[in-house]
Amino acid sequence: MRWDWQVFLNDDGSGRTYLEWMLGAWGWTLSVAGMAWIVAMVFGALMGTFRTLPNSPWLVRLGNVWVEIFRNVPLLVQIFIWYFVVPKMFPAMKSVPSFVLVVMALGFFTSARIAEQVRAGVQALPRGQRYAGMAMGFTTLQSYRYIILPMAFRIIIPPLTSESMNLLKNSSVAFAVSIAELTMFAMQAQEETSRGVEIYLAVTALYAISAFAVNRVMALVEKKMQIPGLVVASPAGGGH
Amino acid sequence: MLGLDLSFLNWDILSKFVMNGFIFSVQLTVIATLGGIVLGTVLALMRLSGNPLLTIPATIYVNGMRSIPLVMVILWFFLLVPTLIGRPIGAELSATITFVAFEAAYFSEIMRAGIQSISRGQVNAGRAMGMTYSQNMRLIILPQAFRNMVPILLTQTIILFQDTSLVYAIGAYDLLKGFTTAGKIYGRTEEAYLLAAVVYFVICFGLSYMVKRLQSRIAIIR
Repeated sequence: MRWDWQVFLNDDGSGRTYLEWMLGAWGWTLSVAGMAWIVAMVFGALMGTFRTLPNSPWLVRLGNVWVEIFRNVPLLVQIFIWYFVVPKMFPAMKSVPSFVLVVMALGFFTSARIAEQVRAGVQALPRGQRYAGMAMGFTTLQSYRYIILPMAFRIIIPPLTSESMNLLKNSSVAFAVSIAELTMFAMQAQEETSRGVEIYLAVTALYAISAFAVNRVMALVEKKMQIPGLVVASPAGGGH
Repeated sequence: MLGLDLSFLNWDILSKFVMNGFIFSVQLTVIATLGGIVLGTVLALMRLSGNPLLTIPATIYVNGMRSIPLVMVILWFFLLVPTLIGRPIGAELSATITFVAFEAAYFSEIMRAGIQSISRGQVNAGRAMGMTYSQNMRLIILPQAFRNMVPILLTQTIILFQDTSLVYAIGAYDLLKGFTTAGKIYGRTEEAYLLAAVVYFVICFGLSYMVKRLQSRIAIIR
């Protein structure tokens, strides 16, 4: 087989080269993943915290139901539901762009996994931390804000790193509703140019670079946030 | 219910469109789990062998697979396997090969953790009994490692079952496709997606509940 990297300089029929198209698609992948990451962190932190609250059985239940629903339905099905079913059931959602719908789908899906990690992180803390907050006269909100969550989040940075990398990889599923991201580009450009190997290699490299960058950024965060002398076994991560 | 109509659903449609897909999804999950565990165990043993000729390729394979999105792996295999074997293959067979190869990387990480969780003393005891490396692994280490990891292996299988829906990318006929096909024919796309979600939820929730039960029972025995 002969390489033909020139294919990236060919015009795709709309006045831009395949290279330009691919870099644009990379931008879409990063934006979908970035926005979904924010949604996932906000809802994951909230729901994970709810599940550990001592005297609010209804919030605990809400958190549990949230996690079970978003964890036990495949991401692709969730994306289809946000894209096809939600606008039909709630006509007000019809004008929402599909980019936002995919971000919600990916964000909520990942939030369930992050909520699991947050709960594990809070429960990994010694009981004394909570009592210390009580002894200081803190309200529940204050002890979470000033004692429990700052500790828990530091413990769970390693599993959060792998969840963030999973989120980036999972953003590839957005191709199913025609978001112009990397996987969508790979499928279309492969068909148009029949240079599948070159196209796929380039796209795969961009995914690997992005995942590696996420890994490095999180490692930096971990280092900056480290509490000197604190060593706590981190809860195990999993899935993909 | 908010403009949805589920009246199109009956047993005929289920057996005609959904059943085939369901069987394929289950079959894909079972083959990928068994094949993935076998291949994954081999990869894990290679990584723990201490011989760079085995360690380096296994590490590259596992880390490579784990850093690429599954959809891309599915597309890669669909593109490459026919050129490698010289004849076109169906989406279903391509998906099966892909999932065994892909899941092997994830299962190998689980098995590696399992093997490493066995105390040194067990290895040494085997050696002291005069066992060869393969006897030691087969009779002492792997059975214990496997047993310790059963809950995690099963959890991975549930994730794998959800991931089988991604064969959508190459058009294989799985459970999700069964629902969407029925939905398209009867003009009930939205309802079909909701039903698919319910079915996946019931299966995955039920299985993870069973894994939790199993986990607590194993914990009591040990």
